[in-house]
Amino acid sequence: MTASGAGPTLVLVLAVAVLVGCGVILLLERSLTRILLGVIMLGNGVNLLILLGGRSGGAPIVGTGPVERMSDPLPQAMVLTSIVITFGFTAFLLAVAYRSWYLSGDDEVPDDLEDRQIIRRAGRNEAGAVDFGGEGPNGDPEQVDPEPARRRLRRGDDA
Amino acid sequence: MLVLLILHLVAALAAPLFVSWWGPRACYPLALAPAAAFCWAAARTPAVADGGAVVETYPWIRQLGLDIAFRLTTLSWLMTLLIGGVGALVLVYSARYFSAGSIGLAQFAAVLVAFAGAMLVLVFADDLLLLYVGWELTTIFSYLLIGHSTERRSSRWAAAQALTVTTLGGLAMLVGFIMLGEHAGTYRWSEISAQPLPGGGYLVGAVLLILAGALSKSAVLPFSSWLPVAMAAPTPVSAYLHAAAMVKAGVYLVGLLAPVLATVGPWRPVVQVAGVATMLLGGWAALRQTDLKLLLAYGTVSQLGLLVAVTGSGTPDAALAGTAMLLAHALFKAALFLVVGIIDHGAGTRDLRELSGLRHWSRPLFVVAVLAAASMAGVPPLVGFVAKEAVFGAFTDQPVLLTGLVAGTVLTVAYSARFLWGAFADRPGVEPVPPGSIAASLLVPPAVLAGFGLLAGPAASVLDDLLRPYADLLGGVDAHLALWAGPTPALGLSVLALVGGGLLFAVRGPLAPVLARLRSPVGGNPGYEWVVGRFDRLAIEVTSATQRGSLPQYLGIILVTLVLVPGAAMLSASPWRARIPLWDSPLQPVVVVVITVAAVLAVGARRRLTAMLLVGMTGYGTAMLFVLHGAPDLALTQFLVETSTIAVFVLVLRRLPERFSARPLRRTRWVRRVIGVAAGVVAAGLALTAVGARRAPDISAAFPDLAVAHGYGRNVVNVTLVDIRAWDTMGELAVLVVAATGVASLIFERSRTGPRPRRPGSDQRAGGPGRPVWLRGGATLYEERRSIVLEVVIRLIFHTVVLFSLFLLFSGHNAPGGGFAGGLVAGLALVVRYLAGGRYELTEAAPIGAGAILGAGLAVAVGSGVVALLVGGSVLESAKVDRTLPLIGDAHLVTSLFFDIGVYLVVIGLVLDILRSLGAEVDRHIEATGTATGGLTVDKGERA
Repeated sequence: MTASGAGPTLVLVLAVAVLVGCGVILLLERSLTRILLGVIMLGNGVNLLILLGGRSGGAPIVGTGPVERMSDPLPQAMVLTSIVITFGFTAFLLAVAYRSWYLSGDDEVPDDLEDRQIIRRAGRNEAGAVDFGGEGPNGDPEQVDPEPARRRLRRGDDA
Repeated sequence: MLVLLILHLVAALAAPLFVSWWGPRACYPLALAPAAAFCWAAARTPAVADGGAVVETYPWIRQLGLDIAFRLTTLSWLMTLLIGGVGALVLVYSARYFSAGSIGLAQFAAVLVAFAGAMLVLVFADDLLLLYVGWELTTIFSYLLIGHSTERRSSRWAAAQALTVTTLGGLAMLVGFIMLGEHAGTYRWSEISAQPLPGGGYLVGAVLLILAGALSKSAVLPFSSWLPVAMAAPTPVSAYLHAAAMVKAGVYLVGLLAPVLATVGPWRPVVQVAGVATMLLGGWAALRQTDLKLLLAYGTVSQLGLLVAVTGSGTPDAALAGTAMLLAHALFKAALFLVVGIIDHGAGTRDLRELSGLRHWSRPLFVVAVLAAASMAGVPPLVGFVAKEAVFGAFTDQPVLLTGLVAGTVLTVAYSARFLWGAFADRPGVEPVPPGSIAASLLVPPAVLAGFGLLAGPAASVLDDLLRPYADLLGGVDAHLALWAGPTPALGLSVLALVGGGLLFAVRGPLAPVLARLRSPVGGNPGYEWVVGRFDRLAIEVTSATQRGSLPQYLGIILVTLVLVPGAAMLSASPWRARIPLWDSPLQPVVVVVITVAAVLAVGARRRLTAMLLVGMTGYGTAMLFVLHGAPDLALTQFLVETSTIAVFVLVLRRLPERFSARPLRRTRWVRRVIGVAAGVVAAGLALTAVGARRAPDISAAFPDLAVAHGYGRNVVNVTLVDIRAWDTMGELAVLVVAATGVASLIFERSRTGPRPRRPGSDQRAGGPGRPVWLRGGATLYEERRSIVLEVVIRLIFHTVVLFSLFLLFSGHNAPGGGFAGGLVAGLALVVRYLAGGRYELTEAAPIGAGAILGAGLAVAVGSGVVALLVGGSVLESAKVDRTLPLIGDAHLVTSLFFDIGVYLVVIGLVLDILRSLGAEVDRHIEATGTATGGLTVDKGERA
C-alpha cells in the first residue's frame, strides 16, 4: 500500500459531502424531477463514499502493474453495479414523473389521501372499522344474530 | 393413519367437482371419507382397549426435529370415532339440507371434509407441534365454515371473531408447547410425559399459556363469547364443529395433558373455576333464549364448561366420567342441532314463540328430540344419565365443586325441558305447522345419534371397559360406569337435579321478569367489541401520528435519523485519522471545485433542463474522480450512464413544464437545507472514519489471485462481477428487468408487445428514386426536424459503434469493459439512431421487442449458471475451454463470458425499453394529443 493510497484525500471527502448534501436537499422537494436529480447526485456521492472505503492506486487489471499498487477492486465492483441500477431507477422515476404529469398536469408528489383521511379520523376520535357485529334485538347482547331462519330468508327473497 | 388423512385431502379436493356433477347429493360420496375414519378407528378398538397405542411415524422436517408422529390411545380413539361418525352423518344430512342451487355449496363440502381431516391430524398427533398444526387448520376451516354466507355482515363478523379469539389462544398455546418441548428436548407428548417436569414459574407459565389455548378453543370463560356468535354458520356446521368436533379440541387437549399436568399449581383452580362458572352462566343464558339454535349454543357453552372442569380435574374417576360425558354430549348435542335444522327447514323459523303443533307434524322427529334432550338432562336409561352419575360420583369429596356441578345440572335440566317445550308445545294463537313428512336423509342422522345415546346407557359396562384405559393413566379407578350402581349419593343428586330442573322449568312464568333482568356475561360480545374497538382506535392514533402521508416528511425523518445515530456514534467514538492528505493528484481539486459549483447551482436552478445539465456535470466530474482513483471500469460505465441519463431525461423533459412550479413551501426551505448540510457532514465523517475503523484485512486482497486462477481473467473488477460475486450481478439483472418492465407499464396504455410502429409504406424507398437514403426512418420526420448531416454521420458510425460494444463485451475479461459497458455503448447507438430518425427508425434499428431481449438476457445469464451446475460445478462457476481453431490459432474461452453476454443483452433491453416507452410511445402521445406542452417544445416546428 502506497502512501498516496492509504486513505481518502480531503478534496474527495469534500466532494462526497457536497454531493450528498445537495442530493438530500433536492430529495426533500416535492417535484419528482427534483427528487430524481437529488437521487442521482446522492447516488454519485454515495458511490464515491463506497469507493473511498478501498485504497486507490493503479487499475485493478493483473499485469498492468504490481498487485500491491492496485486499487481495491471490491468496492469498484459494488459501485459498478450501483451505477447501472441507478440508471434503471432513474428511468423508472422519470416514467413515474411523466405518468404523474400525464394524469394530473404536474409532477409534484401530493400527500397520501388515505393517510390524510386517517388523520382526520383520529382528530374526530373515530374508529377505523364500522363493521361491528352489533347487538341483537332489544339491545340484549346475548341475542347475537345467528344464521337467518328459513322464513326470514324467504321473505328476504320476496322483497 | 396417513392414508386416512390423504383420503380426506383427496375428497376435499374432489368435492367441488362432485358438487358440480351431482349438486348437494355429492355429500353422499364425500361422507365416505369420515366414515372410513370411523370404521378404521372401530377396527382398532381391540388394540386400544387393553391400554395399548397405535403408532405411526414418518419423517418430515428434520431440521426442526419435527416428524409426523401419530399415536392413537383411548382418548384419541374416542375422538376419532366422534369425528368420523358425526362427520359422516352430518354430510349425509347436508345432502338434503342444502337445496340444489345453494351458493357456495362446493366450498362448503370441500371445507367440511378438509376440516374433518384437520381434526384427525389434531387427535392423531403425538408431536405437540403437529398437534398445533392441526389445531390451527381447524381454526382456519371453521373460519371458512362460519363465514359461509359471505354476503352477510354478521356472518363475516362471527367468522372473524371466532378466528381472532381461537388464534390468539392457539398462539399462546404454541408458546406453552415450545416451553415444554424445549425443556424436554422433544415435542413428542409420549416422551415429554415420561420425563420429569421442569419446576417453578417456568412450568406454571407454560401451563397457563396452554390452558389459554384450550379454554379459548372450547369457548370456556373468559373466551366464550365467540361460540354463540358462531351460530351464524349453517346448522350442519353448528352440529359438527360446535357440538361434536372442534370445540371438543380444547377438552381433548385438557384431557390429554391432565394426567401429567393436573398437579401443577394453577391447573386445577383454573379449569375448575372457569369450567363451573361457564357451566352456570351458560345454562342461565340458555334459559333466556327464544331462538332454539341459540338456546343450544348457550347450552353447549355450559356443557363445555362442565367437560373442561371434569376432564381437567385429573383424578381417575373424573377422567372416566369426563370421557363418558364427552361421548354423551357429542351424541345428544349434535342430534339436537340437526333436529333444529329440520324444524327450521319445515316450519321456516326457529323462534319458539312462533312454533306450534310440531309434535303432530312428525312423530319420529319428536321421539328423536325427546331422546336427545332427555340424555342432555340426564334422564335414565340414557347415556347422559350414566355420564352425569359418574361425574357426581367422582366429586363427592369436593362439596363446593359438587354444589356448582349440581346447580349447573339443574339449569341443564331446565333448558332441556325448555327446548322440548319450545319446539313441540302447542301454543294458542299460533298457527300450527301442518303435518308433513321429512326426508329420510334428514331424519336418519339425528336418529342414529339419539339411538346410540339410548343404546349406550344400558351398555354402560361395555363403555366402562373401553374408556377405562384412559382413566388408568391417572391411577387406580374405583368408579364404574353403570346404569344402576345402587343407592349412592350420586343417584340422590341426579334425582335432586332432575326435580330441581323440573321445578325451575315449571315456574318459568313467574321467573320471566327475573330472567329478563339478569343477564349473564357469557354472551361477551360487547366485551370483545370493546377490545377490538380499543385496538382499532389505538391503530388509528398510531397511524395518524406516524403516517402523515407526506413524502418529504418521511424522508426527512429517515435522514435525521441517519444524521443523529451514526453522527452521534462517530462523535463519541471519534476514530479520526491523524493525517489526511489534501489530494492525490493536482487534478483532483480542480474536478472537485467543478462538482461543487455545479451541485450548488443545480439546487437553486429554476429550469428543469438547467438543473439536469448541472447534475450531469457532477456525474461526469465523479467519473473523472473514478479515473484518478484508479478505477477505469467505473469511469467508463459512469460516462456511458451519465450520457444515457441525459438522453432519457431530455425525452421526458420535452413534455414537462420548462420551469419548476413556484414552491409555496418556503418556510421549510431552511429545514431542508439544514438536513442536507448535516447529511453531507455526516457522509464526510463516514468517509474519514470508515477506513480508520478497519480491523480485519481486506477481503479483496485475494481477489487478483482468485481472478486469474479461478476466473481466468485479468480484469479483477469484471471477474468479480461475473464470477466471484456473480450472484450479486444476477440480482442486479433481475432489478434491471423489473425496472424496464415498470417503465414500459407506466407509459404504455396498451400492450407493449403489440405491433411496433412501422413506417407507413415501408416497402418502398421513401426518399424517391435516385436519391441516396441514409436512414430509412428519416423520411417520416418533418423536414424542419430532419438533419441530413446527423443522418449521414449516424449511418456511417452506427455499425462501428455496435462492433465497438461487442469488442468491449469480449475484451472485458482482461481489459476495461465488460457486459455493462458494452451494453450501454450498444444502447447509446440505438439512442442516436432514434434521435436522428425518430421512432420508425428505432424499429428499423432493432426490429425486436425489448421484452424479448430482456428475457433472452436473463435466460442466458441464468442458463450459464445452470449449465455449470449440470456439468458438476457449483452455480455460476467458470471453466476455461482451450481449442486450436484452424486459421485463427489458439483460442480460449471462459464460460463466464456467457454470463456477461446475458448482462449485455439485459442492458440493451433496458435501454431499448426506455426508448420505446419514453421515446416512441411518448411521441405517439404527442401526436395523439396534438400538442407538446412543455419547456422543450422541440416538436413545435413540425406542425407546420
